[in-house]
Amino acid sequence: MTPAFLHVIKPGLLTTVQDLGRYGHQASGVPVAGPMDSFSHRLANQLLGNPADAATLEITLIGPELLFESETTIAISGAHFEVTCDDRMVPMGASFGVRGGQRLKFGRILQGARAYLAVAGGVQTPPVLGSRSTHLVSRMGGMQGRAVAAGDRVPIAANAESRTQRKAPGLTLPTRGRALLRVVPGPQDHWFERDALRTIAGVSFRISPISNRMGYRLQGPPLPRVHQGELISEPVGLGAIQVPAAGEPILLMADRQTAGGYPKIGHVIAADLPLAGQLAPGDFIEFVLCTRQEAVAALIARERQILRFADLKDAS
Amino acid sequence: MKIRECGESMLLVELEPAIDPVVNERAIVLAARLRQRGARGVRDVAPGYCTIGVHFDPLQTDLAALEHAIQAEFAAIETLDAIADRPPIEIPVQYGGAAGPDLTAVAHFAGCSEDEVIARHTQRIYRVYMLGFVPGFSYMGRVDPSIAAPRHRVPRERVPAGSVGIAGGQTGVYPVESPGGWQLIGHTTTVMFDAARSRPSLLSAGDLVRFVAVGQT
Repeated sequence: MTPAFLHVIKPGLLTTVQDLGRYGHQASGVPVAGPMDSFSHRLANQLLGNPADAATLEITLIGPELLFESETTIAISGAHFEVTCDDRMVPMGASFGVRGGQRLKFGRILQGARAYLAVAGGVQTPPVLGSRSTHLVSRMGGMQGRAVAAGDRVPIAANAESRTQRKAPGLTLPTRGRALLRVVPGPQDHWFERDALRTIAGVSFRISPISNRMGYRLQGPPLPRVHQGELISEPVGLGAIQVPAAGEPILLMADRQTAGGYPKIGHVIAADLPLAGQLAPGDFIEFVLCTRQEAVAALIARERQILRFADLKDAS
Repeated sequence: MKIRECGESMLLVELEPAIDPVVNERAIVLAARLRQRGARGVRDVAPGYCTIGVHFDPLQTDLAALEHAIQAEFAAIETLDAIADRPPIEIPVQYGGAAGPDLTAVAHFAGCSEDEVIARHTQRIYRVYMLGFVPGFSYMGRVDPSIAAPRHRVPRERVPAGSVGIAGGQTGVYPVESPGGWQLIGHTTTVMFDAARSRPSLLSAGDLVRFVAVGQT
């Protein structure tokens, strides 16, 4: 299939190609990457009938201006932006047809931090180790391992079939820059004062300005340790809250390293990580303790929300 | 052996908390066996120094069955105490000068000449304990204690790809340009990681490495 192209007029603040991530190579130190809000990424794909792992563009805080070289169908999910296509307003959370030569402009952001632009058939940058996800520090995936830049021609599927107009509300948008995230105890919770996890519940942590796709540094009350040893570096996962000896706790996000040497007091549950992905520096996080059973039940509930937008014939 | 939950999507298998070749060998073999077993829902298995991270999709995985599989595989390797014999992989290094801007500082730390630091670094065969940080970055040990200079208090913003560094008892090569705090003593032209190769990472956990001095210092 010869690809069509999306011409990048303005790249926005940080626009990257993401699919569901690069699993299977963490033993070689290859980070997973993937969308910061995986639910909105999947929803955008779902609106077009794309497979869940089709690549989208993750758009951060300041959106791009894009010129479509040929006709296709798009859908935008996640953060609410004011988006126009040749001066027509583009609805969020719905599929939308564009013709060749039309310009898509992201304007003001109204809610959330990251939007996902899906195109029918998906973004077609070459997969690297089985994934199109961009990992910025490793310079891997997406547009030669970097964010989308002005002048880029981003390959997209040509003449891809897509379904027509379906509407889906945002599922993961925080209100007034504040999110309540559920946590389960981490593998080194016994390194901290008893009840430290309960103490962090109900306290607001502010996301520091030096946060990025790798992790959020959290400004808040200190989390005193009862165990002062050095941890031998060990594998880490998405959503871990690691606590350096002195300094701010770090919530590990999509571009996290595969291993780390800081004790982890807790883990944000998978169902709530997409909410974290819709936060920006300066926003606030509150934690609340939950059980593994609640974490899995919450994930199943999220899954159902997404599947509701699947075609009836797909769902049968 | 302990199995700890890290959220609902990962288990951490802990062997003895030690940086030890035999414990590390067990972690590597256990990780390989779990990968081969290919339990339903498992996305990735990665060994650390003395731990194994098992990443899985909680909606596709029977947690009790996965824990049972880990216990069964552990029972098979629990008494493993021999390390598979492998020939060392040689990495040519240009030491000092612009290629190794911290060689002088490491010599100062060790109280010896730069040539002596090179001799001590090239004299040992190192074990790759684990990979992490960026694709293909190997944590190797143990460095001769006399040259085991601690990492910089403030990391460099940019360390060139191919830089060979020391951080306490560890040594390693930066596969891509990245920030980094290790003491840079040399540089290699060997490509440590290339996603287009059939084996992208030159080194895997458990490999042995010898650094060989080349060119002027």
